[in-house]
Amino acid sequence: MATIYIDNKPYVVKDGQNLLHACLSLGFDLPYFCWHPAMHSVGACRQCAVKQFRDEKDTKGKIVMSCMTPAAEGTRISIDDPEAMEFRASVIEWLMLSHPHDCPVCDEGGECHLQDMTVMTGHNYRRTRFPKRTHRNQDLGPFINHEMNRCIQCYRCVRFYCDYAQGRDFNVFACHHAVYFGRHRDGVLESEFSGNLIEICPTGVFTDKALKRHYTRKWDLQTAPSVCVHCGLGCNTIPGERYGALRRILNRYNGEVNGYFLCDRGRFGYEFVNSGQRVRTPLMKNNETGALEPATKGDVIERLSHILYFGANVIGIGSARASLEANFALRALVGPDRFFVFDETRRRLMATMIGILKSGPARTPSMKDVASSDAVFILGEDVANTAPMLALALRQAARQRPMQDVAKLKIPLWDDTAVREVIQGEKGPFFIAAPHATKLDDVATETYHAAGEDIARLGFAVAHELDPAAPPVPDLKEEALLLARRIALFLKGARRPLVVSGMSGTSDSLLRAAGNVAWALCKTGHDAALCFTTDECNSLGLGLLADLGDGYVSDIGKAFALAEKGKLDAIIILENDLFLREDISRVERFLEGCGHVIVIDHLFSRTTGKADIVLPAGTFAESDGTFVNNEGRAQRCFQVFVPEGDIQESWRWVRDALNAARRPIQWRTFDDVVAAMAGEMQQFEAVAEIAPPAGFRIAGQKIPRQPHRYSGRTAMHAQIDVHEPKPPDDADTPLAYSMEGFEGIPPSALVPRFWAPGWNSVQSVNKFQEEVGGPLRGDDPGKRLIEPTGGKEVPYFHEVPGAFVPRKGELLIVPLYHIFGSEELSVLSPGIAGMAPHPYLALNPFDAEGLGMNAGDEGEVVISGNTYRLPITLMASLPQGVAGLPSGLPGLRGIVFPAWAKTGRAT
Amino acid sequence: MTNGIIWKLIIVVGVLVVTLTIAGGLIWVERRLLALWQDRYGPNRVGPFGLLQVLADMVKVMTKEDWLPPFADKAVFIIAPAIIVLTVLAAFAVIPFAPGVEVVELNISLLFFLAMSSLGVYSVAFAGWASDSKYSLLGGLRAAAQMLSYEVFMGLSLMGVVMMAGSFNLVKIVETQREMWYCIPQCIGFVVFLIAGVAETRRLPFDLPEAESELVAGFHSEYSGMKFGMFFVGEYLGITLVSALTVTLFFGGWLGPVLPPLVWFTIKTFIMIAFFVLLRASLPRPRYDQLMAYGWKVLLPFSLLNIVVTGGILLAAAN
Amino acid sequence: MFSILRTLWAVFLHAFRKRVTVLYPEVKPHIPPRWRGRIILSRDPDGEERCVACYLCAVACPVDCISLQAAEDEYGRRYPEFFRINFSRCIFCGFCEEACPTYAIQLTTDFEMGEYVRQNLVYEKEHLLISGEGKYPGYNFYRAAGLSIKGKGKGEALNEEPPVDVKDLMP
Repeated sequence: MATIYIDNKPYVVKDGQNLLHACLSLGFDLPYFCWHPAMHSVGACRQCAVKQFRDEKDTKGKIVMSCMTPAAEGTRISIDDPEAMEFRASVIEWLMLSHPHDCPVCDEGGECHLQDMTVMTGHNYRRTRFPKRTHRNQDLGPFINHEMNRCIQCYRCVRFYCDYAQGRDFNVFACHHAVYFGRHRDGVLESEFSGNLIEICPTGVFTDKALKRHYTRKWDLQTAPSVCVHCGLGCNTIPGERYGALRRILNRYNGEVNGYFLCDRGRFGYEFVNSGQRVRTPLMKNNETGALEPATKGDVIERLSHILYFGANVIGIGSARASLEANFALRALVGPDRFFVFDETRRRLMATMIGILKSGPARTPSMKDVASSDAVFILGEDVANTAPMLALALRQAARQRPMQDVAKLKIPLWDDTAVREVIQGEKGPFFIAAPHATKLDDVATETYHAAGEDIARLGFAVAHELDPAAPPVPDLKEEALLLARRIALFLKGARRPLVVSGMSGTSDSLLRAAGNVAWALCKTGHDAALCFTTDECNSLGLGLLADLGDGYVSDIGKAFALAEKGKLDAIIILENDLFLREDISRVERFLEGCGHVIVIDHLFSRTTGKADIVLPAGTFAESDGTFVNNEGRAQRCFQVFVPEGDIQESWRWVRDALNAARRPIQWRTFDDVVAAMAGEMQQFEAVAEIAPPAGFRIAGQKIPRQPHRYSGRTAMHAQIDVHEPKPPDDADTPLAYSMEGFEGIPPSALVPRFWAPGWNSVQSVNKFQEEVGGPLRGDDPGKRLIEPTGGKEVPYFHEVPGAFVPRKGELLIVPLYHIFGSEELSVLSPGIAGMAPHPYLALNPFDAEGLGMNAGDEGEVVISGNTYRLPITLMASLPQGVAGLPSGLPGLRGIVFPAWAKTGRAT
Repeated sequence: MTNGIIWKLIIVVGVLVVTLTIAGGLIWVERRLLALWQDRYGPNRVGPFGLLQVLADMVKVMTKEDWLPPFADKAVFIIAPAIIVLTVLAAFAVIPFAPGVEVVELNISLLFFLAMSSLGVYSVAFAGWASDSKYSLLGGLRAAAQMLSYEVFMGLSLMGVVMMAGSFNLVKIVETQREMWYCIPQCIGFVVFLIAGVAETRRLPFDLPEAESELVAGFHSEYSGMKFGMFFVGEYLGITLVSALTVTLFFGGWLGPVLPPLVWFTIKTFIMIAFFVLLRASLPRPRYDQLMAYGWKVLLPFSLLNIVVTGGILLAAAN
Repeated sequence: MFSILRTLWAVFLHAFRKRVTVLYPEVKPHIPPRWRGRIILSRDPDGEERCVACYLCAVACPVDCISLQAAEDEYGRRYPEFFRINFSRCIFCGFCEEACPTYAIQLTTDFEMGEYVRQNLVYEKEHLLISGEGKYPGYNFYRAAGLSIKGKGKGEALNEEPPVDVKDLMP
């Protein structure tokens, strides 16, 4: 702790910070552009000037850049010094010399850091008479709009894109007053984090192209705290709604989870909520024509009542993309023994994963912990495509070891230029073992491309090297053994080693191998973390929900078996397209064998096509729910807007069904379901504490979802009826569908948007943090549900798999994940759909040669009876005997990986 | 005997019809007069000269939602507006409009009038209390104190007239004014009575119980629809009553040359009413403490002095 | 006491003064040009819509009676997809006109907007848009803005240099 004097008043700040960081943390309004809490200082924009004095007798002082000056003990500065203020106003005036007259047509307007800073410094009139320099824009793809004229040369975009996210197709060009930020030529930005340029850019150079198609200002968006549903990481988001449609997703800072950034899938994948694929009314099958027809809610409930009251044999299928509450409600409706989750593979993986996390000493890291790990070992996971934000955190982890050397040189870690000068291209230990090349390979010390079994064997070997008590791997190849020794050596030398694996490898021996490595590290006294990725936003939650007592989890396969034994009266499928989960023909047989198929979902799918009753569920933006991310962190997602018509939360449909089945249940509000769940299931006790209950008030007020400047209240519905409708009540949460309510900073789990007086841009998050860049006030939201065992005893796995043996005439088909395309919901967004690859079959060049095929030829692959004709792509990193197929793309769904398949030229 | 009863009934009905019509008409008269003195036109759109404005207002007030506040003391809340109309109408019973044109000829008719006007206090006090709202309660309190206080000077100021006429009978009082209207010998009593009359009817400038700039609408803040209409009508009836009584006591009632007595009475009463409106058009509202101080410190001594002097002169004259 | 009587007399004398009320509608009053009456949307000198759908009028409106949705033509020119004013809520404060950066929204001298059906007071864009420039002739926002639209490329706005050649490294 150091005492500094700001305008002659003493303040205690943390040691080693820079003055700007300290001043902002203390709540001072000091303008800045180039500084960013995640990317630190470069001193480029000269905007944060303050006056520094030698001692109390010094009255002259000197102007310094606060972001480049350490807040050392006894530092005396003045923010309000007239000369410093004039300096800052002049800097803004210079920066604005060529800024165009664009604000009314600029998408950044109203949440523009440049606007805020201009107002803050007091510059208000352009004095220069010289012409403005102009630039041509580039087409940067479907996500980012480029308007280079507005640039103020703060270099934040390059620092994020090239330095932080390590993208390589974007940079700064030209010189002097004409510097240009963009690509070498028009084209789609390659980095999967390009969307963050929107929030990073302090003005309107990079804006949201998806938002532009249905543009709404920040002050007009109805927002609520939410959680991303497009992968298992559970990044915190702020979705915004206007006129009944979701307009955009913005990052919601959570120091433990996503920090300041989001991936492009999370940011641009929301448009499925507005898509034409949505189920918007209840549908019932017409008994005569066999077609699904819209029905009233009353009719549907009546039919449900008939089915459920008289049907004895009813089962339910839960969903990893539905909230805990919806799953719990369905489980309550059908009974725990008739509740089925996951397909066979995922159930096995999930059981292994939870087992490892619960029975061993290795802790699951938050993404903040991941970013501060100094040695990484990835087993069989293409992180950049399955859990993109984890990849961003891992890229930071690769810098941690070199950063330790920087600290030794007494260079403050916030002095970004100096730090990078020291680090140069140096990387910390970072090992990737995956079936094919991944996007993270550029930061890897070494990569190892092999089939799943071989990767697992490498993992087991590393564990054995770390701790001889771990099982040895028989018949390990020399090459792999040496690699294992090197990996073990580096992991041993690390302070905070990290092991990453996940579900996308589709192999539980991979998970066990990862577990053994992490446990071996823990046993040898390392603070090792074990990070598993999960495939859907609530996979781990569903795993925990199903994992009761003896660890018994029923999967869909069991349901299939049940259906074959005796005819099921009815099956209720919750937010799930079964055709994505299991083999298509099995699902088809299963659904035809069921008496009534009731589907609760928000999207039409092949499953809803087979349904007798389809109930329109709310998406994440239209319901409240709890999701458990891969860390085991339960997070609350709040309803953003009230959908039109009969759409309601899945748990409400299940509750209606319960009532219809004449098993009345007293769940009136969301809190009732949470309380019932927390009461019944010990593992979810903490879920009730994630966010304050619906009765929570601050100064007797709810927290408004609409900003206080929300416009058009008396006109937006006037074309329908000039009498304004009453705003909807919200009995489920402490948030209100209103612009009236508590205006200050609410508890961190309830922050509906970041805004502070004078700070309209996303930078206002500074005011919501206990310390800038630190946790939100009142700690970051979310509660961890899984903690490791405290003891040093480790139950090593001993089932070491055999080496991979290629088969003659058949190839092992493994899934290839694509950030854009592999995820079911986001692919319905036009932008993401445009970025998704066309289906292809990836072959090792030697295998292709053996089959007599070249890149671009049409190949044919037969997987469990289904024939797929696909163009061939050559992928040198794939091991021989293994072929890759994009996972989840429309047209390639319902394939159970890994599969042995005959492959050949299309006939 | 039967003829007598029928005649009385005709008078009763006549008085009711006439007084209520006048009360309604006064709304229009007051607005037009106020406008006249403020260089405006006043209501002039509905019917000729805007005469049907009153009708329109009546339709409005009768069709308005008659809202009973859920927090109010219901029974009292409903009774309060009725009381004021009832007491004022009852007081009209003793006014001699012309020789023989009166409902009853009581030999204590003046006391009857005083009694009835005292009862009027209950109306506003009840209304203020039953509304269960702070503004109403404040209004009710003010009304009670103001009306009770001015009651005293009103009664005392009349004693001079009573002494000179030697009777409480209003007919007698009129008859004794053939020589000279009492407004001349009883000028102090007249002024005190006028001021007290304004205060009793809660008219501007003494409308402190309503005082819309401080108390919303005072004791009738919570009233709407026809209940509010009752207060409104009650107020105008009050003006008419006090005007009629002033004319009876100080301006020789129906007495006058050439024209029939009833016409004289009407003309004089209307002039008095116009004077009331002129007061409203001209004078600002005093502070509440000023009102009370003025009553007790100025009007009381003056009315007592008036009694003493009148009594002294009468004694001297008798001796 | 005397002052009260004098006041009464002075007020009484007003009975013989001329009345100041103007008997509208028989007599039409003079409306100053800056009167804040019915709101219109104007066009620029080229006959295009001036409104760029910036939402500033909507947010400035104290009764929130303006709602609109921005859209963009294929060349990047912004315009309102719909523009609605609920005149049954409008208080004619003129804040929208003050907020408008393009002189698009203007208040006019027309105030005779009475309707028997409240719904008729909801004006859509076709009711608001006039064919002229209104009170502020000659201004065209896009001539000053840096954004390119049809017929005006980068660097062709007022006081702008031609676009920089990024590959040129000359000082």
